[in-house]
Amino acid sequence: MLRFEDYVIDGIKFGIISPDEARKLSRVALVTDKLYDEELPVRGGPRDPHMGAIEPGERCPVCGNPPSTCPGHFGHIELAAPVIHVGFVSIINDLLKSTCRSCGRILLPQDEIKRDLELYRKLRVKWPRLAKDLVKNVIQKAAKTPKCPHCGEQQYKIILDKPYKFYEERPEGRIFLTPHEVRQRLEMIPDEHAELLGLDPEHARPEWMVLTVLLVPPLPVRTPISLETGIRSEDDLTHILVTIIRANNDLKNIIMSGAPQSIVEERWNVLQYNVSILFDNELPGVPVARHRNLRPLKGIVQRLKGKEGRFRGNLSGKRVNYSARTVISPDPLISINEVGVPEEIAKTLTIAENVTPFNIEKLRKRILNGPNKWPGANYVIRDDGRKIDLRFFKDRKALAESLRPGYIVERHLEDGDIVLFNRQPSLHRMSMMAHIVRVFPGKTFRLNLLVCPPYNADFDGDEMNLHALRLPEAIAEAYELMLVEKHILSPRYGGPIIGGGQDYVSGAYLLTSKTTLLTRDDVEFILSVTGYHGELPEPAIIKPNEYWTGKQIISLFLPKEFNFQGKAKINSGKLECADPDCFYDSYIVIKNGELLEGVFDKKAVGAQQSENIIHHMIKEYGESFAREFFDNVFKMFIRMLELKGFTMTLSDVEIPPEARERVEQVIKETYERVDKLIQQYQEGVLEPIPGRTIEETLELKIIQVLNEGRERAGKEAIEYLDPFNNVFIMARTGARGSDVNITNMAVMLGQQVVRGKRITRGYRGRTLAHFKKGDLSPESRGFVKNNFRTGLDPLETFFHAAAGREGLVDTAVKTSQSGYMQRRLINALMDLRVTYDGTVRDSEGNIVQFSYGEDLVDPMKSMHGKSVDIDRIIEKYREV
Amino acid sequence: MTPSKVRVKKKILSHKLVPKHELLSVEEAAKVLKEYNVKPYQLPHISVNDPVVRLLNGHPGNIIRITRKSPTAGESVVYRIVVAY
Ligand SMILES: [Mg+2]
Ligand SMILES: [Zn+2]
Ligand SMILES: [Zn+2]
Ligand SMILES: [Zn+2]
Repeated sequence: MLRFEDYVIDGIKFGIISPDEARKLSRVALVTDKLYDEELPVRGGPRDPHMGAIEPGERCPVCGNPPSTCPGHFGHIELAAPVIHVGFVSIINDLLKSTCRSCGRILLPQDEIKRDLELYRKLRVKWPRLAKDLVKNVIQKAAKTPKCPHCGEQQYKIILDKPYKFYEERPEGRIFLTPHEVRQRLEMIPDEHAELLGLDPEHARPEWMVLTVLLVPPLPVRTPISLETGIRSEDDLTHILVTIIRANNDLKNIIMSGAPQSIVEERWNVLQYNVSILFDNELPGVPVARHRNLRPLKGIVQRLKGKEGRFRGNLSGKRVNYSARTVISPDPLISINEVGVPEEIAKTLTIAENVTPFNIEKLRKRILNGPNKWPGANYVIRDDGRKIDLRFFKDRKALAESLRPGYIVERHLEDGDIVLFNRQPSLHRMSMMAHIVRVFPGKTFRLNLLVCPPYNADFDGDEMNLHALRLPEAIAEAYELMLVEKHILSPRYGGPIIGGGQDYVSGAYLLTSKTTLLTRDDVEFILSVTGYHGELPEPAIIKPNEYWTGKQIISLFLPKEFNFQGKAKINSGKLECADPDCFYDSYIVIKNGELLEGVFDKKAVGAQQSENIIHHMIKEYGESFAREFFDNVFKMFIRMLELKGFTMTLSDVEIPPEARERVEQVIKETYERVDKLIQQYQEGVLEPIPGRTIEETLELKIIQVLNEGRERAGKEAIEYLDPFNNVFIMARTGARGSDVNITNMAVMLGQQVVRGKRITRGYRGRTLAHFKKGDLSPESRGFVKNNFRTGLDPLETFFHAAAGREGLVDTAVKTSQSGYMQRRLINALMDLRVTYDGTVRDSEGNIVQFSYGEDLVDPMKSMHGKSVDIDRIIEKYREV
Repeated sequence: MTPSKVRVKKKILSHKLVPKHELLSVEEAAKVLKEYNVKPYQLPHISVNDPVVRLLNGHPGNIIRITRKSPTAGESVVYRIVVAY
């Protein structure tokens, strides 16, 4: 006998099951709708045991197997009258339209059929896509022929009344075609003609699309569930089968009794409906079949379809072992390559380690520690294949003694193991990276703040997944391809995607700022966190005390021959300057690894900043150098903040009384201008903007005046604030907030907008009950003249909330829409790849692009979109 | 070719948004297939009903070389197989 392994799958053939085949597959004909008789399944009913063993202790009467090994067996129902298979209605429709109603041949001249068939057979082998089009063409042409070229029969229009009724438009009126008639017509189609209509008649005769025998799915695919109360609940498919058999027996009796055709057709339709529902219970145009509790029953289509369906839910998306999920929290002291793993998780996830002479002593210790003490082991697999569960094994000492090469120890996750770490939604490559384990107490995963940007993670309750790696190949791939440091540069735009935000930016600015002078104690305090072991440089100031600048400290970590020149983030607005000797220190100059001028801010240390210092360092000194830089230098920035203290106070956004007066003055003037506009409008002397109504013109002008007012007030009032207070430092360096935020806090919020317009909705003709109808004044339409520091009045608070809600709704809508777009894009593009000849191809070798990106440049390995950045090379070797 | 057809041809081919199309000879076509190691149908398709293909008098199975401006590479060359639909 051939064993399973002796077969090789050569291909899969899809076809339609014929009535004969259905009877052959079937082990039992179902004749009654009764399920049980005194707790026992009824023979010939939908629960007939011949369709497979499902109850514990049961033996299958067909194959003799217990439920665990019985594959289940089909049953069948002999239908009293044929019924159309809903899955095939559109094909049946095409067939009826393109073949003769009396002789069944395609409605095209014989020579044309012959020619097309020859072409079709050739195309099918080489150009399957074209073959499909040819069939479409034939059907289209044939459907238009009014008279059969073979027998001369007049043809009538076929009408499909969805989901499954066919009519014929005859001179005497619209005549219903019973499934029986439909089947007769399909039977007449000759094999060769069926072939030209896209069918493979050997495996799919047209008439098989009208069912005369219904194949009943085996019991194991529709097992009843029994609740603790002992009540059995049947599967939805079984419920539908019950109604089918009932309808079938009804129809049979009606036909036998010789009832009039109209009554027969009515019962026939009931059978047609129930059989259709078995396949798809979401058919348009017919009612949904429901359970007793009104829940819609699940047809076969419903089992397969959608996110929770068989394909997306069970086959493409699988649940995995050796994984963990918990809340994440920050740890600025571990490397970006590392992840902190709670001990509890480390004791659950295991790595199967083969015992060798080199690790035998270590593994003995793990066994002695056992499953409950970290670092221990959970299982030992002996060389005879027996698996010992250490939870129930008493004498671990003896087992450790008996350990020898060839055994496998399933040990706990330990420091130094490599794992995959992931945060949903996994939108790009960097959403899943390899990290090296550090086991910590506590219950959360710990990660370095610098890897937050690629995962788009924060710590407001985010959870992440971790996958332990088991095979050496997987571990090697993770190290070489997936480790965090290999993903510092994003393939999307070529720049570093990893970097600091918020405190890192403020800290870097304070450390490198011109005014920062550090005592020996300060320097030691800051450097101690980096593990720096070299000499301190000469202090920048020697008398009266020794002082170092922050730039000197940073320079300790820059490569000795590194040159760089570029603007800092703060080099904009008032501090804009193109002079490398900038007075404001806003132009970075690094010569021979020495930071001479300029401050580090968002441009230098932030994430997603292309062509900055760190980008060039990665390019020139490699990923592991960049990782060390991120690990050590960035800790100093935080340390600097700890040294200096950095916060925000109310007075940072407090403007003096005279500034408030100026603002009041501006508001007054603005209101007056608006009043004037409204007056002009009421007098009818307002000139409309071309293409706008007078009302629209007025609105636009008012909005313009109000915005000018807010901007003027903001600009004037902000002058009174200290431009070097902490709030301004944060805004300027890019750490957090913007000038607009500062204006909102210190001066005023200005106009609140909903749908791009001033707020107009609410009551009839007014926004709130506090205003007169038709009031167009700023305050009645959502203008907020107060700021966050002084506080908003109740009406302003309401308008602010209305505009704020719009923002929330927008983000919710945007994320769901872009998520669906992403899914579709990925589905379309997922198996494209760049081949060795530089072409982009799909999985079948079809060319999509003749050279990748047309220029063959990998953005991750390019600079400024070019494979060679000549400007940078010149910069690198420029003399000081 | 009728005078009106010549006019249309000039109009289409000289439009700035229509890149350069060339009908390849059998030898050239064979060379392209060999260079990319592909079967004809693995090339991107272009319809016989495409106006430019009609003007070039292309037939199903012909290969067309299209040279267009590229924002990344300056100029890029694409080959397309003429298909019947
Ligand atoms: Mg969050
Ligand atoms: Zn069985
Ligand atoms: Zn005929
Ligand atoms: Zn300057």
